Amino acid sequence: MSTSISLTLKIWRQSNPADKGRFKNYTVKDISTDMSFLEMLDVVNEQLTLAGEEPVAFDHDCREGICGSCGTMVNGRAHGQLKGTTLCQLHMRHFKDGDTIVIEPFRARAFPVIKDLVVDRSAFDRIIQAGGFISVNTGSAPEANTLLVPPHNAEKAMDAAACIGCGGCVAACPNASAMLFVSAKVSQFALLPQGRPEAARRALGMVRSMDTCGFGNCSNHRECEKSCPKEIAIVNIARLNREYVKASFASPES
Amino acid sequence: MRLDAKIPAGPLPQKWDLYRFETKLVNPANKRKYDIIVVGTGLAGASASASLAELGYNVKTFCIQDSPRRAHSIAAQGGINAAKNYPNDGDSVFRLFYDTIKGGDFRAREANVYRLAQVSNAIIDQCVAQGIPFAREYGGLLANRSFGGAQLSRTFYARGQTGQQLLLGAYSALMRQVAAGKVNMFPRREMLDIVVANGQARGIVTRNLVSGEIERHAAHAVLLCTGGYGNVYFLSTNAKACNVTATYRAYKRGAFFANPCFTQIHPTCIPVHGSYQSKLTLMSESLRNDGRVWVPKNAGDKRPPSQIPESERDYFLERKYPSFGNLVPRDVASRNSKEQCDQGKGVGATGLAVYLDFADAITRDGRASIEKKYGNLFQMYDKISGQDPYQTPMMIYPAVHYTMGGLWVDYNLMSTLDGLFVLGEANFSDHGANRLGASALMQGLADGYCVIPYTIGGYLAGSRFEGVGTDHAAFADTERKVRDQIQKLLSVRGKRTVDDFHRQLGLILWDHCGMSRNNAGLEKARTLIQELREEFWKNVLVPGTESDFNQSLEKAGRVADFLEFGELMVIDALARQESCGGHFNEAYQTEENEARRDDANFCHVAAWEFAGDGKDPNFHKEPLVFENVHLSQRSYK
Repeated sequence: MSTSISLTLKIWRQSNPADKGRFKNYTVKDISTDMSFLEMLDVVNEQLTLAGEEPVAFDHDCREGICGSCGTMVNGRAHGQLKGTTLCQLHMRHFKDGDTIVIEPFRARAFPVIKDLVVDRSAFDRIIQAGGFISVNTGSAPEANTLLVPPHNAEKAMDAAACIGCGGCVAACPNASAMLFVSAKVSQFALLPQGRPEAARRALGMVRSMDTCGFGNCSNHRECEKSCPKEIAIVNIARLNREYVKASFASPES
Repeated sequence: MRLDAKIPAGPLPQKWDLYRFETKLVNPANKRKYDIIVVGTGLAGASASASLAELGYNVKTFCIQDSPRRAHSIAAQGGINAAKNYPNDGDSVFRLFYDTIKGGDFRAREANVYRLAQVSNAIIDQCVAQGIPFAREYGGLLANRSFGGAQLSRTFYARGQTGQQLLLGAYSALMRQVAAGKVNMFPRREMLDIVVANGQARGIVTRNLVSGEIERHAAHAVLLCTGGYGNVYFLSTNAKACNVTATYRAYKRGAFFANPCFTQIHPTCIPVHGSYQSKLTLMSESLRNDGRVWVPKNAGDKRPPSQIPESERDYFLERKYPSFGNLVPRDVASRNSKEQCDQGKGVGATGLAVYLDFADAITRDGRASIEKKYGNLFQMYDKISGQDPYQTPMMIYPAVHYTMGGLWVDYNLMSTLDGLFVLGEANFSDHGANRLGASALMQGLADGYCVIPYTIGGYLAGSRFEGVGTDHAAFADTERKVRDQIQKLLSVRGKRTVDDFHRQLGLILWDHCGMSRNNAGLEKARTLIQELREEFWKNVLVPGTESDFNQSLEKAGRVADFLEFGELMVIDALARQESCGGHFNEAYQTEENEARRDDANFCHVAAWEFAGDGKDPNFHKEPLVFENVHLSQRSYK
């Protein structure tokens, strides 16, 4: 059951984007193993505040693994070592007494650091703006059951749609590629009849936007899949590639 | 001031149609002359922003998170209701309306709730067209399930993450309008005040959370879609950034706050396990479709659940409510769990938990079937608690989840402040004293997709606007007040952190204004909150500066507002001398410990008007008139 552990934390401190940044060491004691990783950081921040030091800035919100706000590198792994887990869902029972934990922000050219562990992921919004939607105005939708979707396809679309846009895939990728993120959205819509009319434009637009935003390309390291807290599979990248090739050769949009 | 809900004339089913016919329209060419501010990008804010932009208005949308996709609607799990009646099990618009009114313990406005039920089907159509991967039957048609408090299957769902899928749908529609240049999106902004000029809401003052800059934004109308205030309790299922600041500051500018004591305590959450805990996690109540709630029959029985034989278990919901069983509405389920724990029958290390057991369902339907329905929820439970719910029963306990109270709005969704509209959980309108499961998503999207596109046109076409730009004196005044408050927070330099105060406030409210309340406790809470507030302003420690990314400063401003708002909740709870829905005053209960309403004296909405700092708020009453349903004692036996 619950026990207490002590840890050495090496946390990246950077006061603003222009600051060079550095690791600082902190020792924390009496960390309950029932705490979440972010609750452990809360404890650190309470201590820092009372000691007159600035607390560590980190993004977080729902703390139940669905909003996609949180995420740092923990010992070199996006969201830490546990499979299929966001940082907020990682609990301290997975660490041992006396462990040293290295905590640093997601690093990618397209995700500039704002402060400490907080990065700017607005590039993901720009990619969605380039086609990550179905063009239907409010009020113009047909009766929902006029459109049949085989449950198998709906399930596969849902697997892809589970992406929370945290950016862990980008941070894990040696090329800082956003292919897993882009492929999840492209796949969701490619698998549904509603998404087909705009499929070509979507694949071309989102890939172009990904390049413009400064993300790298995919060279099959599969690190993204391994670190994805929602376990989005790289089969989606294969589907994106097919959609992209089809669109490039056979579509009037290319 | 007399509260006028502006309910349209005519028979209930025709009110909305007649209203839409009679409402003035804005000429398509003129829509681009109007600027509209939307604060918040949850289901209500994102759907309203997209829909208004599609109509041609210029929309400026603000959110507190780094991306509009992260608003807390994303965490809703179970589903969204609609009166489609696809399963042919007896549903209709009138039945959805009736269930919502009854579920709310007859403290909601008939006309608004009927409209909600009417537009529910269009929401599903819209969401399917957007590519939301709802669950499907083998033939490809949409699947439905039953959901807490309903005896029929009217809930549409996308696994256990329906809120996420609906929000991403609304977000994608919003992103499409950003790309089209019709929405100007401002992420990482916090609204700190409303600007009122000539009696109209004409803009907002925001803080850029990255740079700390204070910014002015002008418009012809302002929409608050800023969610609920559950975080006043510190521990709740809300996201950490959820707060009352936007609605509370609007209240201080003249918008009335309605029924602030109506809070929903959700029965199925993971229990509290330590003083460091930062939030509580909901386990969707869809789990109650298959899980059975029980405690040991004997108080103090500390054996592990596997060693407690069937004959020594009390399935108390099934025993007390044979027809609804484990599916009774949330307030009833929560109160009963608390009652069992108060009798010493609670389980787990703290004794503040009851079992939710899937053993029978797994035996009946097989593990694969249960995994398909609830896999992600079981996994989430396992991650947090370190226990496998396929092997041992879940432990659950009620937690603050949703707030039915909110800014008072009329049929147009406009507050008592001209030009200030309030949508979604931030308003008070549709759920009365208790919200039914799968109704929050329905209401957020109804307000944003279906209602506001019509009602705002009526307001804009029927109002006169002076030229009010950001150089207007009202903006300068408001900005000065915002800056003063920030300086005040930073200059205290006391000895206690913001979270420390927030936790203490939360405990006061949980103990005295939580699942059950009594007058002595409420009086005591009022004094305790006043004392805590006084200490806060003498002893709070906010590190850093205002011109920086400063998360402590953000929290401090929100907690300062919670410390005032908490007292308003208590005042409202004291004024409502009856029990109804989530507001349970121990002095008013039936012999079977159910909430006893007092329809003769309290069949009304309590709307509070800010009267100045340190003064008691003014009370206003909107009587609720029921012409289409018969007021009855809720019974789920």
